[in-house]
Amino acid sequence: MAYVIIGNGIASLGAIDGIRKYDRNTPITVIGAENTAAYGKPLTSYLLAGRISPERLSMRPDDYYKGKNVNLKLATYINKIDLEARELRTSEGEQIQFEKLLLATGGKPYVPQVNGLEGEGVYNFTAAKDAYRLIESVKDLKRAVVIGGGLIGLKAAESLYNRGVEVAVVESDQRILPLAYDGEAAALIAKRVEEAGMLVRCGVSGKNIVRDKSGKLRGILLEDKSFLEADAIVIAIGVVSNTELAEQAGIRVDKGIVVDDNMFTGKDGIYAAGDVAQARDVIFDKDKVVPVWSNAYTQGYYAGRNMAGNESKYPGTMSMSSISFFGLPTISVGEVNPDPDNSEYEIYTFFDERKQSYRKLVFKKDQLVGYVLVGDIDFAGMYTSFIKFKFKVDAITRKRLSQGEPDVLMWPDEFFNKAWNPDSK
Amino acid sequence: MKRIYPDRELCIGCGLCVLGCLAAHSKSHDLVLAYKEERAKGLVSRKRLIEDDEVCIAISCRHCEEPECVPVCISGALTKDEVTGITVYDADKCVGCWTCIMACPYGAIQRDKYNNKIIKCDLCAGRENGPACVEACPNRALRYEER
Repeated sequence: MAYVIIGNGIASLGAIDGIRKYDRNTPITVIGAENTAAYGKPLTSYLLAGRISPERLSMRPDDYYKGKNVNLKLATYINKIDLEARELRTSEGEQIQFEKLLLATGGKPYVPQVNGLEGEGVYNFTAAKDAYRLIESVKDLKRAVVIGGGLIGLKAAESLYNRGVEVAVVESDQRILPLAYDGEAAALIAKRVEEAGMLVRCGVSGKNIVRDKSGKLRGILLEDKSFLEADAIVIAIGVVSNTELAEQAGIRVDKGIVVDDNMFTGKDGIYAAGDVAQARDVIFDKDKVVPVWSNAYTQGYYAGRNMAGNESKYPGTMSMSSISFFGLPTISVGEVNPDPDNSEYEIYTFFDERKQSYRKLVFKKDQLVGYVLVGDIDFAGMYTSFIKFKFKVDAITRKRLSQGEPDVLMWPDEFFNKAWNPDSK
Repeated sequence: MKRIYPDRELCIGCGLCVLGCLAAHSKSHDLVLAYKEERAKGLVSRKRLIEDDEVCIAISCRHCEEPECVPVCISGALTKDEVTGITVYDADKCVGCWTCIMACPYGAIQRDKYNNKIIKCDLCAGRENGPACVEACPNRALRYEER
């Protein structure tokens, strides 16, 4: 057993693809705590909303693992990683030897400081099983309170709303989407969400869960002494890196498992990727845990390549999210909330209230480093190209980018020719 | 693999590739019906003509060696066919999250607002004479070849 991967999410799939690009034969063992093959985590809200069926959650065809010579062990936990003996001990009492090991254990739900969370009627929203639990009880739900006004919380709230539940969202920050979006975009999205009929409470935290004598949930008391009635409380604040196993094994952990540009932990043959890893962020130029789906695969992919002996440098994390709220599409990429006092930044914004269209471009010196789009998102990829390829932006290009509708003809000629029209061999 | 390469030195911006693509992806396979009727029902050309003052170019999915769109797809609708090299799109799986539109730095994916799905070049899969856009181009500005 040469390759062992702990975790069965998108980073794990990336690692399988990365390994198999260079090593077709050596068996891979994947150990997953959940009882299904890797599925689209962001699809969980679509499942809860009733927009897709459970069969559509799966990320790969049924024969994928077999075709890649992967031995998939599901519903299995790892009790211990023994670095010296180079083996794992599973919850099933099995011992599994490894030569190369990938830790792709993802994140675990962040638990807020609210009294009385134990007991019926309180749900997490990070895994498919949480959605199944909610779907089962949704017909009996009249009101729900979602704790967390970030991407996951709002999506969970929207899904419950689509199921006919009255929903309130509680966010401790002064506005919704405090991390991924800027204030203007958040205000537009909040307006859309409230117009749809949801209650949004910002700048306040939950304090006590209130139950009746029989233990049935009645609602939640907030810090400002207001009370929200609820038959269900959904905790959807986000995740923190699931680093326990790594810590026990003596692998270096900061906010997440610390890795170098090869996704290597520094311990012989041990790599980490995905929400559990603290990897390089290209825009902020420092190591960060960025629990974003789109980066996890790539981290896994590069970890896999390196595990298979092909030394390859991870291109770096770029925070990005694309998500629609009640039909309003929004995209946010890179650095969107720069320090207002830093004169290196220049910000351009455009807002058309009638069209519900908002655009913000963040330039740092002569480069585009971030953008937010609400409504008109069709040219997003072109803005991404300017960030990704680090094109120098002169005054004319800056003006044209700011006007919207950027295209490939705005690229430097040489780059265009290389990308789109390379010489024939 | 064979890819479509657009040459902006030769492109005259006539838009015949856009129409060729439209007809090839229509139900009727008739350009007039495709343009007059099917477009109103959501048919969109996979080809996009881009022009500025001096130059023009027609672009569509490059079927990248290591595409940005595939790993970010949340629904498994976009996959890479390891045999043909084609970046395959399965509209049935697409949930319209637009993550691929954000990720593709070549701007080669479009939104199909009518169906809440995406539109992307499929290299005219199974078409006898290869991609319709290449066949329609009067000035060999689009080449379908191995490079």
